[in-house]
Amino acid sequence: MHKSVNKVSERKAAYIFILPAVVLLAAFLIYPSLQTVRYAFTDYNIMRPDRIVFCGFNNFAELFQDEDFWIAVKNTLYFTVLVVPFQTVLALALALLISSRRKGVAIFRAAYFSPQVTSMVVVAILWTVMYNSSPDSGLLNALLVNLGLEPCGFLNDPNTAMNSIIFMSAWQGAGYQMMIFLAGLQGISAEQYEAASIDGAGKIASFFYVTLSGLKNVIQYVVMITVIQAMKLFTQPYVMTKGGPQNSTRTLVYYIYEQGFQKRNFGYACAVAAIFFVIVISLSLGMKKIIKAD
Amino acid sequence: MTKRKTLGNIAFYLGNTLIALIFVSPLIWMISSSLKPEAQIFKGLNSLSTFIPTGASLSNYAEVFQRINMWKFIGNSLFYVLVIILLDLLVNSICGYALAKFEFKGKNLLLTLVISLMVFPAEAIMLPMYREMADLGWINSWASLIVPFVAKCFSIYMFRQFFLDIPNELLEAASIDGCGPVKTFFQVVMPISGTVYATIFILDFVAHWNDFMWPLLVVTGEEKRTIQLAIQTFFGSKPINYGPIMASLTISAIPMLLMFIFLQKYYVEGIAQTGIKG
Repeated sequence: MHKSVNKVSERKAAYIFILPAVVLLAAFLIYPSLQTVRYAFTDYNIMRPDRIVFCGFNNFAELFQDEDFWIAVKNTLYFTVLVVPFQTVLALALALLISSRRKGVAIFRAAYFSPQVTSMVVVAILWTVMYNSSPDSGLLNALLVNLGLEPCGFLNDPNTAMNSIIFMSAWQGAGYQMMIFLAGLQGISAEQYEAASIDGAGKIASFFYVTLSGLKNVIQYVVMITVIQAMKLFTQPYVMTKGGPQNSTRTLVYYIYEQGFQKRNFGYACAVAAIFFVIVISLSLGMKKIIKAD
Repeated sequence: MTKRKTLGNIAFYLGNTLIALIFVSPLIWMISSSLKPEAQIFKGLNSLSTFIPTGASLSNYAEVFQRINMWKFIGNSLFYVLVIILLDLLVNSICGYALAKFEFKGKNLLLTLVISLMVFPAEAIMLPMYREMADLGWINSWASLIVPFVAKCFSIYMFRQFFLDIPNELLEAASIDGCGPVKTFFQVVMPISGTVYATIFILDFVAHWNDFMWPLLVVTGEEKRTIQLAIQTFFGSKPINYGPIMASLTISAIPMLLMFIFLQKYYVEGIAQTGIKG
């Protein structure tokens, strides 16, 4: 008797407990997601919200002809393909540098993590100033000239603008992944290294067979979150280049923003958003599957 | 052996010091420039002395506070971020608790939903979300900055994972003492779950302190301007003096820095946990 009363009050409590989260998720996550899909099939212009006409696959057909869209896709993929390995290797190298029980490690850890503590906007503004293309007012060009190299256009040159953003983003983001790697490295026991050295493995061999193989799951996880984060690139081009020069840093999210809010083609922007959505979801599901398969 | 150890130590400290200095040099330059008179900032960029603030003064900082209402913008950010966090801690922890400890119809469905919604990119739905805010009359209001971001699948999941480990005997004992399930949660479970609350607190703080794109869309005037929008606006407004710009960047990093000094442990734990549980 007592038990069943408990069950009833428990069920009641459960519904009260989940209610706020469920309502909020439905209103601000699920509903707008469905709306994205709906608007993608309309010619919705933000200036005429009273007049939304269904237009079938027109937006998507137009997209495939839209050169700017493909440039945005290309730029986003370019950024992702380069920043992910660069940042992951950098983060792993930093983690290895300080995975030691010596005194003072916390100071180095804090140093490598410090760009994370300053926000992306701060870092983007700072590097915009440092990337100035004149050696007289750009710190990095002054350094290049000092080293006897030619000054570089950095953000002003369509050939180097995205690479400059990649370099800065990896510097800013590596500290986060480093923390995950550090936790992973703690999971590898000293016995595993001893066993490897008894088997005659040198430093390099034990790095590959013990460290890297012990970190396999962590590396997969880090790559997954970095890929997803990279696909969402927006703040850096918005602050540093406004998508230029010559569209060289215009990304998918930037294009959604531009079409939806600056050019007011809401329906069209939703079509881009829907495609972006599909790409990100399939990437994360695909990578999850790979991780699970191991 | 000891000799080798000493050599190893020297290599470790020397190598790390050098690499760490190079790594943080942009931030050193930022702080150093924020203290310099304008004319000095771009002088001698090609020598190491550019990292040392000669003739240091706080006049750039004074100029920032004179030109824009920095306190207000920091206050705005602190306010809306803290409200999000408090609501997040309440709403998502009770939901996570229900998913961990209660039996009810639809439980598995909800859990599956929470896990799959975790990967939804907010950037893909911001257009209809903006429209929704406009329909609700929330553009340029605190509500638009706060309400859509209270419920978070990630937080629900983290809370659930934590509450799963709380022994059922403890909950049964509370129930024998006459506590209903709601009272049990608030009086027994919550007080012993400080770690998970602290972890979500700092993860949330970092995430929302950095908010940029959404405030850019829904905040129009100075009234609700966030700190990130404020420094971005300041960067583009005339007269462009780099000393004050660097000072504004430095100031805006301070709240997060303080948060880290106090809650670093939980942040590191939070990152590590997400990586391992993934």
